[in-house]
Amino acid sequence: MVYVWGGGVITVLILLVVIGYVLVQGLPGLTLDFLLTPPQGGLSGEGGISTVIVSTIYLVAVTIIILVPVGLGAAVYLAEYAPNNRLTRLIRYGVETLAGVPSIIFGLFGFALFVTVLHFNFSILSGALTLVCLLLPTMIRTSEEAIKSVPYAHREAALALGATRWQMVSRVLLPTALPGIVTAVILCIGRAIEETACLYVTLGGSAAMPSSLLSGGRTLSLHVFYLAMETRAFDKAMATGAVLIITIIIINTITNWLSYRFQKRMKGTS
Amino acid sequence: MTRYFTDRLARYVVFISATVSFIILLAIAIFVFIDGLPAFKEIGVFEFLFGTVWRPGQGQYGILTMIVGSIVVTVGSLLLAIPLGIACAILLAEVAPFRVRQFLRPAVELLVGIPSVVYGLVGLVLLVPAVRQLGGNGFSVLAAAIVLMAMVLPTIISISEDSLRAVPQSYREGALALGATRWQMISRVLLPAARSGIGASIVLGMGRAVGETMAMIMVIGNSIVFPTSPLSPARTLTGNIAVEINYATGVHESALFATGIVLFIFILLLNSIAVIVFKRGASAQNLT
Amino acid sequence: MTIYNQACDCGKISARQVDLYYGNFQALRNITLEIPQCAITAIIGPSGCGKSSFLRLLNRMNDIINGVRVGGVLQLDGVSIYDKTIDVVDLRKRVGMVFQKPNPFPMSIYDNIAFGPRQHGTRSRHNLDEIVTRSLQQSALWDEVEDKLGQSALALSGGQQQRLCIARVLAVEPEVILMDEPCSALDPIATLRIEDLMRTLARDYTIVIVTHNMQQAARVSDMAAFFMMEEDRAGTLVEYGKTSQIFTNPKDKRTEDYITGRFG
Repeated sequence: MVYVWGGGVITVLILLVVIGYVLVQGLPGLTLDFLLTPPQGGLSGEGGISTVIVSTIYLVAVTIIILVPVGLGAAVYLAEYAPNNRLTRLIRYGVETLAGVPSIIFGLFGFALFVTVLHFNFSILSGALTLVCLLLPTMIRTSEEAIKSVPYAHREAALALGATRWQMVSRVLLPTALPGIVTAVILCIGRAIEETACLYVTLGGSAAMPSSLLSGGRTLSLHVFYLAMETRAFDKAMATGAVLIITIIIINTITNWLSYRFQKRMKGTS
Repeated sequence: MTRYFTDRLARYVVFISATVSFIILLAIAIFVFIDGLPAFKEIGVFEFLFGTVWRPGQGQYGILTMIVGSIVVTVGSLLLAIPLGIACAILLAEVAPFRVRQFLRPAVELLVGIPSVVYGLVGLVLLVPAVRQLGGNGFSVLAAAIVLMAMVLPTIISISEDSLRAVPQSYREGALALGATRWQMISRVLLPAARSGIGASIVLGMGRAVGETMAMIMVIGNSIVFPTSPLSPARTLTGNIAVEINYATGVHESALFATGIVLFIFILLLNSIAVIVFKRGASAQNLT
Repeated sequence: MTIYNQACDCGKISARQVDLYYGNFQALRNITLEIPQCAITAIIGPSGCGKSSFLRLLNRMNDIINGVRVGGVLQLDGVSIYDKTIDVVDLRKRVGMVFQKPNPFPMSIYDNIAFGPRQHGTRSRHNLDEIVTRSLQQSALWDEVEDKLGQSALALSGGQQQRLCIARVLAVEPEVILMDEPCSALDPIATLRIEDLMRTLARDYTIVIVTHNMQQAARVSDMAAFFMMEEDRAGTLVEYGKTSQIFTNPKDKRTEDYITGRFG
């Protein structure tokens, strides 16, 4: 019993240290000024994180715009259309294996294909495309679960009324599974924000305001890394870390609330 | 009628979307392979994998030190994370009163979502100076292993907890009815029954540990040496790739891709082991 | 063996020597009967003898199951249902189905009823309003919901939900309405209301109902078909005829045993 409780205590300790320390150290630095001025670079790490915030939002937006149609389409196929044959198994194998590939290898791939061969160079575009590859399995898996959890009765009812397959999917299945799908999207947004390794080698380290898809940029996570490794400004790093943590907390809360709404909707009101 | 047209079109579109994953996987394999192959050819597979000197400037490309570095850090982190993780999972699934669980479960989920750089940052600012007290300059495999443990812990906890919860109530009741103590019931019946799920969580954690890059770079020192003690620095395979890829050219660049290939294969092996462990556990319970 | 009477010479739906296989398992054998227009035909029999499977043949809902094979001839208005050129989607418009457990979509009452017409191309708000009103009136639900059409359909009671499902089917203006044990999930009062509704609808629609409840079949139907399972678990048609005749003077002993409650 001591063992079990000891484990729990140590886990809580870790939690407190990691999140608590960063918040305690970082929150004081979270001034409006910090959020609105661009980073100055240099050893002292002066400045704020305005360009970084913009880059992060820009990158995540581009990623999601590409990721959601492809991921949702694949999820719909796997949940509704896929016959039980070898091709389907192959596709599932692809998704499962892709899920296990470490982030740095996606980075290498992105570097080889998007940055070099396709000449997108270090840019938001390269980073976004790499992120899409990385996040595709997550989007597919979570969306597929959401679609599969729609009760079979709704499919039957729609088909019996003379709807085509696609009408049934688009007018009944997807709207019903929407909260689950939105959860999947938000999950991917969260992972995109925290990703570092694959973006390190595809985004470049530019701290300037991105002007187009082909500009370089820096996400919040990467900024923490650069601050920690290249400057002595640990307080700024902590502050940026605090921004990250708060963002994750908000995302988790929204996801949980959406799951709750999804359950409620399946059972009707009250 | 247009709706038949849309129906047909939709079928093709979703099919193509589904194949994208597989295409990407293939593309990754191809690109990484193509860019890594020249290194194997120039350097020789044996020399590459088992060479102990990595000095690109002098044309020496042996990654053994980094293989060892990766293994040491992974094993170290798992040695710490597994007992702690299982303990916490048991706590959450079996022992803890409702109030505690209400607080702890979301906390664990939160930890899963924290970016690796934040772990690295805390490691850099708190852990490294602490390790420095023990000797060396603080940047060490010990620090790296502890940081990695913190990252892998939430994964092990949440999946193991789910496995423990999934064990049928009849097992618990059967054990207790035979006069077993709570702990005996947990250790002799529950844990073995949830073995496959716990095993899967460990393999998943192992995969995350081997693949971790940025946090490692921040605390491990990145020296290309064999880690002879917990206090010595080292470099991981992943760290090597990230640190040098931005300025590497020619054979050097190719060698980094080759490192990626080694990593890729290693992870595939781990996944295969996971499948075997899971299948064996599942069939033992007559689940497949 | 089949023994049947014909209520009229051309059935709205006619089945001749119909077999149904799920993979290698034969679920139905040699079913032959004519279902008359604008009447209620009940399919009765013990559990598992293929009644629902037969019903689902009539609107090809079995198509979504893998490994299904159909033999024999099944016709709607003299045209084979299982012909390659048949538009399944159109078939299901003409032959509607109400399920055992009410399954309204998680949408508003209005959207539930409007779903069918919308899928078939009706767009104008005015037309849809008309259809929704008409369907709800036909299914005797209008008075209870006319002021809350925007509410979620899941908030209705079981009996109301089932009437909603009937209205939903009526909205696509079918010719045949199939009902698979429509009252088995409802309380007795709701059941009686639905039975009344069936009688009203039978003036304009052909109704085929599968039911476990013999009294219901006796109360409601004009024709009755008694199905039974043989030793190899394939369902067959034992007797088919006017309800009054089947229940008072059955020709087959097995029918008589079932009716009098000796088994089933």
